Amino acid sequence: MPLSRSARIALRVAAALGFAVIYVPLLLVLVNSLNPDRSASWPPPGLTTRWWTVAWHSSGARDALWTSVKAGLGATAIALVLGTLAAFAVARYRFFGRDALSFVVVLPIALPGIVTGIALNSAFSTVLQPLGVGLGLFTVVVGHATFCVVIVFNNVVARLRRTSGSYEEAAADLGADTFRAFVDVTFPLVRSALLAGGLLAFALSFDEIVVTTFTAGPGVQTLPLWIFDNMTRPQQAPVVNVVAAVLVLLSVVPIYVAQRLSADTATASRV
Amino acid sequence: MTVLTRTAGALHRRPRLRLALLLTAPLLWLAVLYLGSLAVLFVSAFWTTDSFTSEVVKVWSTDNFHELFTTPVFRQVILRSVGVALAVTALCAVIAFPVAFYTARVARPSRRPLLVVAILTPLWASYLVKVYAWRLILSEGGLADWMLKPFGLSGPGFGLPATVLTLTYLWLPYMILPIHTALEQLPDNLLDASADLGARAWRTFRSVVLPMVLPSVAAGSVFTFSLSLGDYITVQIVGGKSQLIGNLVYANIELNLPMAAALATVPVVVIVLYLLAMRRTGALSSL
Repeated sequence: MPLSRSARIALRVAAALGFAVIYVPLLLVLVNSLNPDRSASWPPPGLTTRWWTVAWHSSGARDALWTSVKAGLGATAIALVLGTLAAFAVARYRFFGRDALSFVVVLPIALPGIVTGIALNSAFSTVLQPLGVGLGLFTVVVGHATFCVVIVFNNVVARLRRTSGSYEEAAADLGADTFRAFVDVTFPLVRSALLAGGLLAFALSFDEIVVTTFTAGPGVQTLPLWIFDNMTRPQQAPVVNVVAAVLVLLSVVPIYVAQRLSADTATASRV
Repeated sequence: MTVLTRTAGALHRRPRLRLALLLTAPLLWLAVLYLGSLAVLFVSAFWTTDSFTSEVVKVWSTDNFHELFTTPVFRQVILRSVGVALAVTALCAVIAFPVAFYTARVARPSRRPLLVVAILTPLWASYLVKVYAWRLILSEGGLADWMLKPFGLSGPGFGLPATVLTLTYLWLPYMILPIHTALEQLPDNLLDASADLGARAWRTFRSVVLPMVLPSVAAGSVFTFSLSLGDYITVQIVGGKSQLIGNLVYANIELNLPMAAALATVPVVVIVLYLLAMRRTGALSSL
């Protein structure tokens, strides 16, 4: 499209402004973690690393981080198993209700978090409580796994669609039995998709707050719950600032690894 | 023959058995546990609550929905929530278009993959941290106030405008990406043909580019609209006293679960209607 010089300049400026709007808030979080003041007034009166030391020793933040890691690992493990099973069924077989299954897998993330949250909450309290199992870390893991399945599923299905079943057939012709063919042929083919899917699932679980609110029992506090709880407390503001800055820095990790692992996850969105 | 090879043989000969083994666990989890919970929730929207004991009364009635449509507060909040979601979607589209146009057609081709990563990266920054960033920006004496001070203005503070702004920021990448992809795939010869027929840049944009990119805008809007409509955390952090539909659901859970369930069906129904409307534009096939 033959764009005039001024149109190009205008677009360049608009895009620069757009990217500035995207990145300035994240940079602000980083700078603000060095703010010696408890208020968020701009510009900060100076810079200090004092709060990073304070945050490092904050037991509340540490416990919450640990809870989040445990919940994330549990949810990711379940999502890897369920997502892979469903992906193989959908990509390698034809059966009644195949499209419906693909739809149900997406549903937990397509519906508003609060709907999934209260649905699981009331199911847990009617089914589990009579059995003596209350809300706790376990129920958080179950809730997170439910919406993490789709991430693994999408990654593995995309991979399986691009690799035909003829590799497994060739392995069978060469004398490999079902298990052998899986270990030597199929698994290596989907390994990087599993890694990418697992990583993205973990990131999604690590960040989730709405479903967590409804599935976490008393005393179970993930990092997002901790941040939300402490955000409005002036006393805790500096520690929240540091935790927020750490999370901004950590967000580069999943995109970097996903980018390296496979091309089809590079544009994978989290919804 | 070992047990393992015998099992392998049995599995190999019975594809239906293999399929059953693959499907059992995911179906138990998603179809029974998840869909079951959802079904019970939506059925419970037709139950009522004893106003003295807060016990759920399992008798079929449409009272909750009647109340939903006749109580002015509910109607107001529902309309406000849809309005916010539409405003966020419109703002996202307006901001995303020039950015995507630059990344897809103006920037040097060698730089484009890097620009796409630059659009994607903020998606992986924590949701809560991004909202918190806007709380910092919009707080009294914060960055917004500081930037607007030379013009004799002050920031919008916390409230509905702040909520729209923050939600726009949160979901903007979901709008930029599909528009970027559509613009990138636009065939050059169509643009050349338009120019050969005498169209200037603006005419080409209106008559060729825009109609071809519109389905992608619709695809992006599915995300921006539905994510905004379901959100109730952002408005709690930067919305001041404003309430959206999610807040009403949240407020009713403890004391009146059937009412909360009835309220929760509203965003679901609106989102489904929106999806159906967008499907007519061909948006869903380009998702």
